[in-house]
Amino acid sequence: MIDLQGYGPRLLQGAWVTIELGLLSLLLSIILGLLTATAKMSRSWIAHRLGTLYTTLIRGVPDLVLMMLLFFGGQIGVNMITDWLYYQFDIDIFININEFVAGVVTIGLIFGAYMGETFRGAFLAVDSGQIEAARAYGMSESLMFRRIRFPQMMRHALPGLSNNWMVLLKTTALVSVIGLTDMVRVAEEATKATHEPFTFLIPVAVIYLLIASVSEWGFARLQKRYNVGFGES
Amino acid sequence: MAETPLPLEVRNLKKRFGDNEVLKGLSLEARQGDVISLIGASGSGKSTFLRCMNLLELPDEGDLIVHGESIRFKQTRRGREPADWKQVERIRAKLSMVFQSFNLWAHMTLLENVIEAPVHVLGKPKKEAVDHARALLERVGLAERADYYPAQLSGGQQQRGAIARALAMEPEVMLFDEPTSALDPELVGDVLKVMRDLADEGRTMIVVTHEMAFARDVSSQVIYLHQGQVEEAGPPDQVLGNPRSERLKQFLAPKF
Repeated sequence: MIDLQGYGPRLLQGAWVTIELGLLSLLLSIILGLLTATAKMSRSWIAHRLGTLYTTLIRGVPDLVLMMLLFFGGQIGVNMITDWLYYQFDIDIFININEFVAGVVTIGLIFGAYMGETFRGAFLAVDSGQIEAARAYGMSESLMFRRIRFPQMMRHALPGLSNNWMVLLKTTALVSVIGLTDMVRVAEEATKATHEPFTFLIPVAVIYLLIASVSEWGFARLQKRYNVGFGES
Repeated sequence: MAETPLPLEVRNLKKRFGDNEVLKGLSLEARQGDVISLIGASGSGKSTFLRCMNLLELPDEGDLIVHGESIRFKQTRRGREPADWKQVERIRAKLSMVFQSFNLWAHMTLLENVIEAPVHVLGKPKKEAVDHARALLERVGLAERADYYPAQLSGGQQQRGAIARALAMEPEVMLFDEPTSALDPELVGDVLKVMRDLADEGRTMIVVTHEMAFARDVSSQVIYLHQGQVEEAGPPDQVLGNPRSERLKQFLAPKF
């Protein structure tokens, strides 16, 4: 058994941060992705432009740069607003951007753009006859989304979605630059203190692999569920 | 005696795709129990006409009146649009459509397909909807297939299932868009038989069809369309038995 030299509990805490960060970012990115896909497919000119601007901007800038920009720039922006509130209205508040929230928001924003494209492709892949039948039977747009569009879109979206999730999971390792202590950060600190990189990096790699394997199993089950009726397994 | 409103009335309907006017002022009156067959060559506008009736295509001009209720329109930059989509949804629920390519929802079983709109659009209690659906599937000969997915059924079975889905709405009018055109010849008979039964029990139906025997035997009225206009209309023995226009004579002539 590897001797973690007392870093075991901290490593596990770091792993938990990775998982929490990953899942919450995933949730945010799915919501943003659905909104973006809807905006880009909408007949509204302005919604379409906004969606395109978002995906172009995010996908064109490196994740690390975006993360620092949002975290440090975000803090400056918030300070500017609170200063302005103080001078104009004598309202004195101080908001400190929390690293965890900043991490979730940044990763969510980045992957929302990728999810947007994944979902857009998936929505377009739904047979138009299915939508027409829903319209013809008096379904409203929101009912149609819940009952027909979403469940039929998912089987097309899942392969891309699971791919995005794997990349997202690994992107969480970047949060150490904004001071969040995920498991990579813990391993890095432990390595510096003990000069034994393998002792800490191998367990970290194994934990990532473990999360990835569980995810793959989960996605396979989802795929099976959304393929029901389409003659594939 | 109070006059009951007609199930469906269409007045002077016009539809353009770009500069191309595909429907040039079509009118139609369906009384209770009428079976109206729309016939014509491809491109004559018969399917577009039918799709305008439940607003899958938006007509540029003309009125649609379903059971006395007129659909309200407004002018927008994009052209004429319904003033109230809620009204459109409510009216669509009274006009069940049967499609050429069936369009049963692929991710639901046959039974789920049949109860979907009654439960979620009409707000019918699920238990009641299921009982009704089972009776309807029995009626179209698919009682044993209730838990199958559409992909597991033949075209003819899917289309009969789609008819059960249409009936479950207890519609004012049923719209059929070439219901047998996508079927293998040996499967057409079963679907037509179900449709004949529906006509016999007094359903109001509008049928776009190439099945001349069906149009002749079952319809109360046949409308022959040519390039978006009514070329000839009337009872089937007159229109199909004794056509006046040259074009219709040619259309009806055996092709080989």
